[in-house]
Amino acid sequence: MTQTMRQFKNGLVDQNPTLVLLLGMCPTLAVSTSLTNAVGMGLAATAVLICSNVVISALRKLIPDKIRIAAFVVVIAGFVTAVDYLLQAFAPALSDSLGMFIPLIVVNCIILARAEAFASKNGVVRSAIDGLAMGMGFTMALIFVAAVRELLSAGTLFEFTILPDAFPKIDIMGQPPGGFIVLGVVIAVMQAVRNRSKAKNAAGL
Amino acid sequence: MTWQGLITMSLGAILIENFVLVRFLGICPFLGVSKKTDTALGMSMAVIFVMTAASAATWAVQEYILIPLGVEYMQTVAFILVIAALVQLVEMFLQKAVPALYKSLGIYLPLITTNCAVLGVAIINADNGGGFFESVLFAFLSGVGFAFALLLFSSIRQRLEFAEYPEAFEGFPIALVTAGLLALAFTGFTGLKIF
Repeated sequence: MTQTMRQFKNGLVDQNPTLVLLLGMCPTLAVSTSLTNAVGMGLAATAVLICSNVVISALRKLIPDKIRIAAFVVVIAGFVTAVDYLLQAFAPALSDSLGMFIPLIVVNCIILARAEAFASKNGVVRSAIDGLAMGMGFTMALIFVAAVRELLSAGTLFEFTILPDAFPKIDIMGQPPGGFIVLGVVIAVMQAVRNRSKAKNAAGL
Repeated sequence: MTWQGLITMSLGAILIENFVLVRFLGICPFLGVSKKTDTALGMSMAVIFVMTAASAATWAVQEYILIPLGVEYMQTVAFILVIAALVQLVEMFLQKAVPALYKSLGIYLPLITTNCAVLGVAIINADNGGGFFESVLFAFLSGVGFAFALLLFSSIRQRLEFAEYPEAFEGFPIALVTAGLLALAFTGFTGLKIF
């Protein structure tokens, strides 16, 4: 049980794929214009991550070492295609607003990185948990960035009005420059918190 | 294609809809290899080449394999395999033919496979359904746009090393904020039209 807890802590905080390992920047910046998009993207990537981790972990003894990357990519691309078509069928609005970033989950480095670093070396159950934890970490980072951007650019959260009309709307936050700046500030906050806890630990010892 | 069309397409791909700063494609190498201008230059050249070659290859796959067989749903799988194979081929060719360039590119060459700009341009071309020449030209110009943004950014980052900023912004955060300001400059091109 403790190992499971540690895996979740790793995925969400210590080795958060987006905020600490800095993987998967493109979707983080591109779809974080609204919370709905962010949650949709996060869940789609998490689903692919869990499925590909399970399959790769189950096949890890069968895949020859030399062509493993190609094999991983094919497994991932298969699940991405499935998710793409499921979204088109059941959530067409979300599928439209995420656009080409759904097929681009294939080249999201988080998924390939977990396949290579974790699923190819660990059992099926552990790999499934790892996929869930890392996917949650990615979704959480997306939600942080998207919440700030949606609130500042439109004054809403999940399309519900939060800020009064008198509050000035900063359009640029919803546009590409805002994505870079908000993500930069979110990572800086994360670093400041980690620096502080590191300093505290050092003082405690 | 008329020369007006060519200029409009170049302006669109390089400035107005810049792959990195407006479309958010290829951010990983944009942030990863922008610390020095010379590695940025090597990476830019490699990306321009792979994007152009990959769009030619994926156009052929789309037109002569996927559409005739009615298996367009295999697009993602087919494209990524074609791109991976192509990058591998380029790598082997460079290793034999131009070892100096191969060495200077190092790890960046295989990493181009997971550069979303390459798969991105293939998907955009497939969605647009343009002709061969148009698709390849668009990929080349988009690659030039990527190179332009990367070179601008790397020269800013080199000067940034001597700047003072809060400790928490060390590393990636300050790079992201810088990229944000660069992107802000690029929004100035929105709606730019000559003809």
